[in-house]
Amino acid sequence: MLEYLIRFSQIHESFRKPELEALASFHGIDLEVLKYEENSPFCTVRLVSEKAAYTLISRSILAHAIYELWGVGTDYPSLHADVHARTASKSASYKDSSFRFTIDSYQGKRNSTAQRSLIESFKYFGFKGPITMNGAELQLCIFEDYEQKAEEPFMIYLGRLITGSQRQFMDKYNLKKRRYISTTSFDSELALVTANITHAAAGKLFYDPFMGTGSFPIACAHFGAMTVGSDIDSRSIRGKKNRNVLSNFHQYGLTSHLLDNFISDLTHTPLRVSRCLDGIICDPPYGVREGLKVLGKRGGGGEEVVMIGDKPAHLQEGYLAPKKPYSFNAMLDDILEFSAKMLVDNGRLSMWMPTAAEDIELGIPSHPWLQLVSVCVQPFNKWARRLLTYRRLPEAEIDQSIIIQRREYERDGTADELNAFRKKYFEGFKEI
Amino acid sequence: MKLLTLNFLTCARKTCKSLPAAFPLHPKDAELEVVETDFNAPFLRNILGRLEWDALKTLCMELGLPNLPPSAPEPEALLEPGAEMAELELERELEPTQTARDLHNLLLETGIKEGKLVCGNCGHEYAVKEGIANFLLPSHLV
Repeated sequence: MLEYLIRFSQIHESFRKPELEALASFHGIDLEVLKYEENSPFCTVRLVSEKAAYTLISRSILAHAIYELWGVGTDYPSLHADVHARTASKSASYKDSSFRFTIDSYQGKRNSTAQRSLIESFKYFGFKGPITMNGAELQLCIFEDYEQKAEEPFMIYLGRLITGSQRQFMDKYNLKKRRYISTTSFDSELALVTANITHAAAGKLFYDPFMGTGSFPIACAHFGAMTVGSDIDSRSIRGKKNRNVLSNFHQYGLTSHLLDNFISDLTHTPLRVSRCLDGIICDPPYGVREGLKVLGKRGGGGEEVVMIGDKPAHLQEGYLAPKKPYSFNAMLDDILEFSAKMLVDNGRLSMWMPTAAEDIELGIPSHPWLQLVSVCVQPFNKWARRLLTYRRLPEAEIDQSIIIQRREYERDGTADELNAFRKKYFEGFKEI
Repeated sequence: MKLLTLNFLTCARKTCKSLPAAFPLHPKDAELEVVETDFNAPFLRNILGRLEWDALKTLCMELGLPNLPPSAPEPEALLEPGAEMAELELERELEPTQTARDLHNLLLETGIKEGKLVCGNCGHEYAVKEGIANFLLPSHLV
């Protein structure tokens, strides 16, 4: 087993380890995390080979790159001592390679004179190859980790670059450059991370039942999955001429990964019950920016066919099916039940769920056929949204003694009565 | 709406959903379109075992498309013999068989652009416009 250094971005901290672990389990890589802290971008891991290191990080979004660890220390003398111990056999094989040295200081700064002298302190390697700024065969980086406002770093690493990640793609999919978006379009960085955590990949079929403008299907398609999406709002799928979900797939050259989009409500889904989906990703409506609604008539009734003239209204052009407010908890349970029935063994569900900051420890919905894999939190000021990821258990792993019981919900009522989060949101998250 | 997707769709009404008569939905006044897409061997192989082949045969017959063989091809029939089935990387370089190309064309390139999908149990018609089907129900069918 060998030691490697992962350089993370210092953002979305609670998503970094779940993404790393999801990539390891996706590729079947044994991952041992040696040192990881939420307040540092440097993480050390033990892996079986350089190939495993390459595979692990090459499709990561929250990591920048992975390095073979050539040394670690709390100051430069201890770093140099560790470099001697670790690289005695390695550095000689790079004697004539083109090379490049860089310095990456987190929360710290070195002027160019100081940088040069630090780099020159490694001249005992005796590299004779040319110094190349682009595409050098050997790329070494000195990493310095500083406490805020500290003069000197408290931890220093030396690493040899193995591979970068796919972090640059968050820019390609940036919403600012996407032709068709709405108020609920999902930020490209976290959409790609969600696709990674859910194991989107070539050959797989992924479904988003609340697709909106298609943020998640696009992220899944980027990783090679075939995608299907639906939404209760026909306008969000159809958009306008040349600006719609299909045009977004065109923009990114991903149309071969778009199977279909259709208009439907999850509580009345037309998908036949079968284990046909490899992954489900959704950001369900919170009822704040968009209504939380299902098919049906508010207050009941509506059992008779509505006629316009002598023709039934629902068979006429431009008919809009009536919708009623829906309980937020009922929706979460419906998503789990749907996923439990539709996912293949070990298929994953990732669902975004908003919570008032004061309720952050409260209920994560559960289903006996689904195992919670990870919980990530994106904090905002007074509320947060969580990414919940589940794995569909193979039949043999399901505890058959658990009886599936649905919670009881309010059947009818106003949007506020059915959705505590919405109510708190508009009351400014005061204590009730 | 591609023919592959239709193989996974039934009537959205709760009273129909579990009934055999509600699947597959029957096309009516269907205008077909063929849109070229990249051949995708891993996906085709993955999805093959999830198809209801009889429903696909029914659909082809109702759309006036050429008859399908009585049973679904085996995954091994998708790539030229000698293919390494385990190695996805190698697979991309290998030539798909005619069977695979025909299946790709049928499932992933052929779709209903305009028309209706009719439930064989309740007779409700779902409209397809510009390739997008609408499965919302009026309140008396919810």
